[in-house]
Amino acid sequence: MSTTAGPVTGRVHSWDLSTGVDGPGTRFVLFLSGCPLRCLYCANPDTWHLRDGQEATVDDVVAEIEKYRPFVTTAGGGVTLTGGEALLQPAFTAGILSRCKELGLHTALDTSGFLGARAGDGLLADTDLVLLDIKSFDIGTYRTLTGGDLSPTLTFATRLDRLGVPVWIRYVLVPGWTDDPAAVDKLGAFLAGLGNVDRVDVLPFHKLGAHKYQALAIPFPLRDTPAPDAALTERVREQFREHGLRAL
Amino acid sequence: MTATVTAGPGATTEAWRGFAGAHWRDQVDVRDFIQANYTPYEGDAAFLTGPTERTLAVWNKVARLFPEERRRGVLDVDPGLPSTITSHRPGFIDRDRELIVGLQTDAPLRRAIMPNGGLRMVENGLKAYGYQADPFVKRVFGTYRKTHNDGVFDAYTPEMRAARKAGIITGLPDAYGRGRIIGDYRRVALYGTDRLIEAKRAERALLDARPSTPDVIRDREELAEQIRALGELARMAASYGCDVTRPAVTAHEAVQWLYLGFLAAVKEQNGAAMSLGRTSTFLDVYLRRDLEEGTIDETRAQELIDDFVIKLRIVRFLRTPEYDALFSGDPTWVTESIGGIGADGRPLVTRTSFRFLQTLYNLGPAPEPNLTVLWSPRLPEGFKQFCAQVSIDTSAIQYESDDLLRPRTGDDTAIACCVSAMAVGRQMQFFGARVNLAKALLYAVNGGRDEMTGDQIAPVTPALTGEYLDYEELSAAYDRVLDWLAATYVNALNVIHYMHDKYAYERIEMALHDHPVHRFMACGIAGLSVAVDSLSAVRHARVKVFRDATGLAVDFRTEGEFPAYGNNDDRADRIAVDLVESFMAKVRRHPTYRDAEHTQSVLTITSNVVYGKHTGNTPDGRRAGAPFAPGANPMNGRDLHGVAASALSVAKLPYEQARDGISLTTTITPEGLGHDPAERPGNLVGVLDAYTASGGFHMNVNVLDRATLEDAMEHPEKYPELTVRVSGYAVNFVRLTREQQLDVISRTFHGTL
Repeated sequence: MSTTAGPVTGRVHSWDLSTGVDGPGTRFVLFLSGCPLRCLYCANPDTWHLRDGQEATVDDVVAEIEKYRPFVTTAGGGVTLTGGEALLQPAFTAGILSRCKELGLHTALDTSGFLGARAGDGLLADTDLVLLDIKSFDIGTYRTLTGGDLSPTLTFATRLDRLGVPVWIRYVLVPGWTDDPAAVDKLGAFLAGLGNVDRVDVLPFHKLGAHKYQALAIPFPLRDTPAPDAALTERVREQFREHGLRAL
Repeated sequence: MTATVTAGPGATTEAWRGFAGAHWRDQVDVRDFIQANYTPYEGDAAFLTGPTERTLAVWNKVARLFPEERRRGVLDVDPGLPSTITSHRPGFIDRDRELIVGLQTDAPLRRAIMPNGGLRMVENGLKAYGYQADPFVKRVFGTYRKTHNDGVFDAYTPEMRAARKAGIITGLPDAYGRGRIIGDYRRVALYGTDRLIEAKRAERALLDARPSTPDVIRDREELAEQIRALGELARMAASYGCDVTRPAVTAHEAVQWLYLGFLAAVKEQNGAAMSLGRTSTFLDVYLRRDLEEGTIDETRAQELIDDFVIKLRIVRFLRTPEYDALFSGDPTWVTESIGGIGADGRPLVTRTSFRFLQTLYNLGPAPEPNLTVLWSPRLPEGFKQFCAQVSIDTSAIQYESDDLLRPRTGDDTAIACCVSAMAVGRQMQFFGARVNLAKALLYAVNGGRDEMTGDQIAPVTPALTGEYLDYEELSAAYDRVLDWLAATYVNALNVIHYMHDKYAYERIEMALHDHPVHRFMACGIAGLSVAVDSLSAVRHARVKVFRDATGLAVDFRTEGEFPAYGNNDDRADRIAVDLVESFMAKVRRHPTYRDAEHTQSVLTITSNVVYGKHTGNTPDGRRAGAPFAPGANPMNGRDLHGVAASALSVAKLPYEQARDGISLTTTITPEGLGHDPAERPGNLVGVLDAYTASGGFHMNVNVLDRATLEDAMEHPEKYPELTVRVSGYAVNFVRLTREQQLDVISRTFHGTL
C-alpha cells in the first residue's frame, strides 16, 4: 500500500532473464502487474490486474537487478521494464529506470504507448530504448483488438521522436487482424516519417499463453486463430522494408 | 646399455627447419616449442574451405557403416586377439584416398578386446552382441594372467562392496579402463620415438642410482614398460609405412605421427575417456610452415585436419549394454581443447583452431571428437563469433573457462573427458567416478540404511524419528554420513588405482608424460541439486516424513515454499557451496595412493538418469527413480528465471574446491538467442563472456534444431528439461499440447512441417 511519504512501491508480476528478444543482449526483464488494454491475443493474462502483483519497493527491485549488473553489462544487455503495462505505475517505473541509469545499466521500456502521457520527460530521459508495441494502425481494429484507442500511442511515438528516444517497433502479426496490407502499409509510412525508429520486429502471433487462460478460467478469444505462416510474415516484413525500415 | 640415437643432427635439421627457440631442443617441452613458434590468428572464418570430393568419399565410405552399427550395437568384433599396440595388421578405410592412416584393428569399426581391465567385461560385451568368447583368451586371462578387475575385488573390503552395490558410490572404474589420461601425442611428431626413448632412459638412469624401495622399483618397472611401448609404437607405425622413430618433417607427417601416438593408446586401453589433448595450435606451426613453403594450400591443410578428425570419430571400444546405459551411449570422449590465452597474453588461437571447428561443417555435426573451447572474454572477436556460430549450427562445442584454468594448470592445459583439467604431459589423474550425495542424505535420515532395500550400508547411527525433519538434526546426521562416505570412497579409489597400475598400466600414454608426473585423485559428487533443494526444503519449509513398517523413511511431503538452487538466490545457493566445500574437505583428510592431489568434480553429464533410478523419494519432492539434474545443473523446472540466473547459481560453486570441474548444461532454441538471426552469435558470445567473467567454469551449449524438437514431440521422456523461449516467455516444451509444439517448431524454424 503506497503511502504519501515513504519509499515508492509498486506491484510486480515476475522477473526473468532473456537474450535478444526484449531489447539488445541479455537483459533483466521486469514484468509489472496491471494493464489497461485487453488485447485479444495477450500471452500474459496473468499480468492484467494490478492487484495480482507482489508489492515491492524500488529498492527491492533494484537490489535484485543489481545481482545481475555485471552479467547483463558484460553480455551487452541491460534492463527491460514490461508487463502488463509499465506506465500504469509511472512513479514506480520512473524510480526503477532512474536507479538503473545511476548503476550504468542500459534501460528499455516495453509499452503499448496507450498511457504514454503518463511518462514524464524525466522518465524518458532515463530510458535508452523504447520497445513500442503498435497493435494495429487501423482505429477500428485497434479498438476491437485492444479495447483502447490508437491515438495516444501515435502521440507518444511522435513525442519520442521529438525527444530523440530510440524506438524499436513491435508489431504482432495476427492473421485476419493485423495482416491487412493497406493497414500495414499506412503504419510503415507513419513510421518512416519518424526519425527514431531503429527497427521493426514483426512478431508472429502465438498461443503459448493459452494454458494461462485455462488456469484463470477465462476464455481465450483467439483460440482458433492460426499462427501466421512464414510467407505471410515475410510479406509483412517486406512491406515495412519498402518504407526504408529495418524489419526483422 | 647405451642410448641409441638414430635421429641425429641430420634428421632434426630437416624436421626443425625454420623453427625458433632453444629450450625445447634440449628438453622434451612441447609447450616451449609452441610458444616459440606459433602465430596467433585474429581474423575471421572467411579463409576456411569446404570438404573436397576426396574427403567426402573417405567419410561416406565409413559413414555408410553407421546405420548397421547402430542397429546391431556393434558392427564387428575381433574376439580372439587381445589388443596391444602391435597386435593387429594394418587396416584402412580407403587405402588410395586416405591421407591419415591407422585403425584400431584391421577394419574400420571392428572392435578389439582388451582383457587386462577385466575378463568378465569382455565376455559380457561379446555375449551381448552375439559373439563367442575365445577359449584361448579365456584360459590365458582366467588362469595365467590376472586382470585389474580381479585385483580390485581381492582388495576391496566388505564395506566397499556394499557401498558399491547399493549405488551410493557408483561408476567406479573397477571393471573397465579408468581413462582420462592424456598422452602428449604431440611429442611423437616433434621429437620422434628415438629421441623420446633416449629421454626416458635418462629419467630411468636417475632412478637406478636410488635405493630399491617399493616406490622406486615400481617406477623403474613402469619406465621400462614405457620404453618398450615407444618401441612398439614405432613398429606399429612402420606397418603403415611411417617411420616415427624420427621427427615429422612435413605437416602431413606431423598430423600422421601425432595420430599414430594416439592410435597406440586406443589400441591398448579401453579407457572411459580417451582424450586427445591440445593439438590444434601445435599442428598449426607445421601447417603454416608448409603453407609458407608452398608445398600445400589451404584446401590440403583442411583435408589433413578433416581426415584426422574422421579417424577420431571412429574410435570404438567393446563395452556392455549396462556400461552404455550408464554413459547414455557409447562415448569415447576424444576431447580436443582449442583456444585459450597464453601466459604472455597472446591468444592461443590459430587458423588450425578454426580448421578443427570447420570439420563440423565439412563432415557434419558429431559428438566426437569432443571439441572443447577454452573460453576467455579476451579471445579474438573473430574466433568468438565463429565458435558461437558453430554452436548455434551444431550444438557440438563445449566451453570451459580459460581464465580459471590458466592460473592453475597453465597455458598448456587440456581437458580430459568433459571437465577434467591437466597440464599436458606433466599431470595425470586417477579417475574416481562419484558418490551419490542425494542418497547419502537419505542414509542420514535412515541411520545408514538404504532407502530402496532397507539394508544397513553405512555404520549404524540413530535414525531421525521426528514426524517432521529438523534441519539441525539432519545436518549433523548428514555430516556423519558424509564423513563415512568420504573415507570409504577414497580408500576404494586407492585400491582401484593400485590395481590399475599393476595390471592395466597405460604404458604408451605414460611414456608421453614427464617422469615424475603430478597425479590428481579425481573424486566426484552427483545429485548436488537434489541434496541442496532437500536441505533447503527442510530449512525453509516443513518436510513431513512417511515411514514403512520397519521405520524406514520412504516418502516425504513438503509443506510451504522453499528457495531452490538455480535462481541466484543465496538462501539455496549457499547450501550448495557449503556442501561442495565440506565434502572436499572430508575427501582431503584421507591419504591417497601415490600421494595424488585430491580433487573433485560436480559432473554427471550422462549418468544422472541412472543415479536417479537408484535413489528413493527425496525431501525436495523428487520422486523415487526420477532422474537427477546433470552435473551442477539445477533440478529440472526449478530454475524459474532463465538461463542467466541459473548459470549464476552454478558459478557460485568454488572451482578451487572442485578442481576436477563443475559442469553446466544449457539448452536453448535459436529464438532464445535473439529475434534477429544475425544477432544470435553476438548474443551467445555475450552470455559466454558474462558467465566466464562471473566465475562460471563450464557450459554445454545446446542450441536445438528442428529435428530435436520433433523428436521431443515423439519421445517427451527424453527431454524433461527442454525449455523453449519466445519473446519474454519461456515454456517447458514437453508440457505443451501437440498443437502448441507444432506451433513452436514452425515459429522457430520458419518452415512448414
